[in-house]
Amino acid sequence: MKSAVVTFPASNCNRDMFDALEKLTGKTPYQIWHQDSEIPDVDLIALPGGFSFGDYLRCGAMAARSPAIKAIALHAERGGNVIGVCNGFQVLTEMGLLPGALMRNSSLKFVCKTVHLQVENTLTNFTNAYTKGQVIDIPVAHHDGNYFADEDTLKMLETNGQIPFRYVSKAGEATASANPNGSQNNIAGIINERGNVLGMMPHPERLIEDAQGGTDGRGFFESIINTLK
Amino acid sequence: MTKINWNNNPEITDDLVKEHGLSVAEHKLMIKILGRKPTLTELGIFSVMWSEHCSYKSSKLHLKTLPTEAPWVIHGPGENAGVIDIGDNQAAIFKMESHNHPSYIEPYQGAATGVGGILRDVFTMGARPIANMNALRFGSPEHPKTRHLLSGVVEGIGGYGNCVGVPTIGGETNFHPSYNGNILVNAMAVGLADQDKIFLSAAAGVGNPVIYVGSKTGRDGIHGATMASAEFTEDNEEKRPTVQVGDPFTEKLLIEACIELMSTDMVVAIQDMGAAGLTSSSVEMASGGGVGFTINLDNVPQREENMTPYEMMLSESQERMLVVLKPDRVGEAEAIFKKWDLDFAVIGEITETGNLTLLFEGKTVADIPTQPLADNSPEYDRPWIKTEIQPTIDAFDIPIPNDFRDTLLKMINSSELSSREWIWQQYDHQVMADTIQIPGGDAAVVRVHGTDKALAISTDCTPRYCYADPFEGGKQAVAETWRNLTAVGAQPLAITDCLNFGNPERPDIMGQFVGAIEGIREACTVLDYPVISGNVSLYNETNGTGIHPTPAIGGVGLLKDSSKMITIAPKNEGDVIMLIGECTGHLGCTQYLNIIEGREEGAPPPVDLALERKNGDFVRAQIQNRKITACHDVSDGGLFITLSEMVLAGGRGLEITLNNGNIPIHAYGFGEDQARYVISASPNDVNDIKTAANDANVTLEMLGLVTGHTLDVKNIFTITLNELLDAHGTWMPKYMSNED
Repeated sequence: MKSAVVTFPASNCNRDMFDALEKLTGKTPYQIWHQDSEIPDVDLIALPGGFSFGDYLRCGAMAARSPAIKAIALHAERGGNVIGVCNGFQVLTEMGLLPGALMRNSSLKFVCKTVHLQVENTLTNFTNAYTKGQVIDIPVAHHDGNYFADEDTLKMLETNGQIPFRYVSKAGEATASANPNGSQNNIAGIINERGNVLGMMPHPERLIEDAQGGTDGRGFFESIINTLK
Repeated sequence: MTKINWNNNPEITDDLVKEHGLSVAEHKLMIKILGRKPTLTELGIFSVMWSEHCSYKSSKLHLKTLPTEAPWVIHGPGENAGVIDIGDNQAAIFKMESHNHPSYIEPYQGAATGVGGILRDVFTMGARPIANMNALRFGSPEHPKTRHLLSGVVEGIGGYGNCVGVPTIGGETNFHPSYNGNILVNAMAVGLADQDKIFLSAAAGVGNPVIYVGSKTGRDGIHGATMASAEFTEDNEEKRPTVQVGDPFTEKLLIEACIELMSTDMVVAIQDMGAAGLTSSSVEMASGGGVGFTINLDNVPQREENMTPYEMMLSESQERMLVVLKPDRVGEAEAIFKKWDLDFAVIGEITETGNLTLLFEGKTVADIPTQPLADNSPEYDRPWIKTEIQPTIDAFDIPIPNDFRDTLLKMINSSELSSREWIWQQYDHQVMADTIQIPGGDAAVVRVHGTDKALAISTDCTPRYCYADPFEGGKQAVAETWRNLTAVGAQPLAITDCLNFGNPERPDIMGQFVGAIEGIREACTVLDYPVISGNVSLYNETNGTGIHPTPAIGGVGLLKDSSKMITIAPKNEGDVIMLIGECTGHLGCTQYLNIIEGREEGAPPPVDLALERKNGDFVRAQIQNRKITACHDVSDGGLFITLSEMVLAGGRGLEITLNNGNIPIHAYGFGEDQARYVISASPNDVNDIKTAANDANVTLEMLGLVTGHTLDVKNIFTITLNELLDAHGTWMPKYMSNED
């Protein structure tokens, strides 16, 4: 499996994503600078977390106008897999590859902690290694993770199974207190209708070894490997 | 000799010199060094270089007495940050610095630029920053400004560290009325470099180009260093323009660009522009290398119009660096900075004159010999009086509480002992994916990327001890970091110190400073734990009242095998709980006396450094032998608080039987005797541990078992995990939600 990690000037989880992909796929990902207008032929493009351009404007807004974006959109259009984690998710919504927007956390504060997620759809390219309804622990770290979409979009996401990850309590209930940012319907991650583009606020790349406090993030990468077998 | 242009130069009157914070004697010395009257720009340069903040004129006599050497120390104090050997040709580079006054005036920007400044000190030396820490002191929770300051400082630290992508992995926070008008914001950064890729600031090579990189220069922060060298008064608000404004996005670019630049062999010397900006960086680089600098100020990238030489030299605009390059490499270096969209300007060259010569619009506006400016700066032996030591309080003279349960719950629900989660959840403590011990334990731990090694880091100080007895307090601050590093299994290697005190011109304050330094010296010596970097922040007073003396210590230790690291959380049902160290029931100057009795008095617990070392070495050896499953040092609040925190961290109950002998239970449970640890171990290992303790002549006491979900101290109190969680977790969120 060949992958590429795109780096914007203030990406800061690019190395973490690179390391996780290298470690779990056994192959060294390409490193793509945001100014590169061409991306090698790969199975997966990953947009990592961070602050891309400082995010003084809306998060991801400037990144969504970088030269590399056209190549990413083309890759997605051809059915290639794209993942965006945290700032990467924000970029994907700004690009229009995923619907909705990520607003400031309802607490108005940055939040970094490990949250529980329920895997609701295990038929996607990115979740097939989990079991349906499984509650996993994954860290979040963001200031703007409050997912918002209009009612029609939400309805579509809900009915089509486009919400693979939802914030839940340890017991698996989508309560307000389990939601770190006030996102609608406790949405933690969404997938496009075609099933090849996924964005999520939590960071699976931060939890792939016991030393990091757990390995629940591995399933995310293992799913992609399964898909591309 | 260069001809000075005296046009547009005001007369340098005695009043003007005084306004610049220079004394009459310093004025005379300045004229002697120059051989003439100074220009305004020169006066500005002297005033910042000789400010307390930059020159350490009140403190250096005493700082010189600190131990700074050990076989593993590569660079001690004097460089941008200290450097230690962590094996495999790798080095850890670290320093802690204060940003107190700016943070009080403008908490978000003050704290943010404190983080930015300390990060630059570390990456200037070639290191990639891998961890941020902090030590924060606020006024009383009841003070009307405290919420605003706490909220702004935490947001500022997070706002900067989160964006640059360096995890903020821990720290400490206290509240006390002595900080009502003068909070303390001390930020520490730790970086990682290869030993053969460490960069220093001493310039060399006559004719080599001097390059300015980073952000443009504006009028922000002019006289910041001077502000940090004077007492606060009522007109603080007027000083807001002296606070710098940070841009973490640019810092991130600067880190990446500098690391890329330093991976080549183009750099001769490099220095960040911190306090006193272009002045201190150019003077330190020139004087350190015994060369001169000629700088053409017209070439300095400027953000505002019509800036004068004076303003450019004194600006503390952030995210700027000065680099001396090899002569034929300018084009290559420029390409790197263009890639990162940063300003890059050749602003001068190295000369053999030994002078800092400044040109502006084709004329010379300053010409100062750098060696005497840097090295002949004033040094004072300020008069001091020894702090009067308070009498030791007998535990029998302090009432025993009727209800231990209520007392304990009240203590962990206090501003001092409650959870700091509200703070550290606003810091990205996991970015870089190497954080293996998050905040909330004894020390934070980050792996050395791609290796089995890890660095443990802890910041500590107990200001109430330092106020009661600066010598014991200084010892204790050092010993507590050493103990915290030990408790996770690390070998403590070195410290950085951030010495926050009041006005040194007052003999009682100077006495506190001298006492604390003596204590730090003694602890560092006995524990083989040298000071490799640091910062002094004096004049922390408002309207004549000083803060509690606060020598914050940041300790760094090494775990050669990070898989041996342990935390404070008991892991297994049935594990045995033991106490290492002796309990005498010292209640004077404790959190118990403070929170429950409302009394701040008595001698603090004495620190027996030999005992500290013996007990710590024993605990560490047991951790290294994988005999201990959890460990927590006994500090603020004593044994009962330690046990509570272990229950909270592990989500498992403890069943404890006390053998307090003649010691009253409140003194046994809440006393703060030093050199102690609570450990847990598998029942199979208990005999080995006991034997080893016996052989090492270490006091070990059986306390009980890990079981259930309740802290059950037999015949004294029972508290459930949920009750503890509620009491411990709610104070700060509740307090902060009252925000206007």
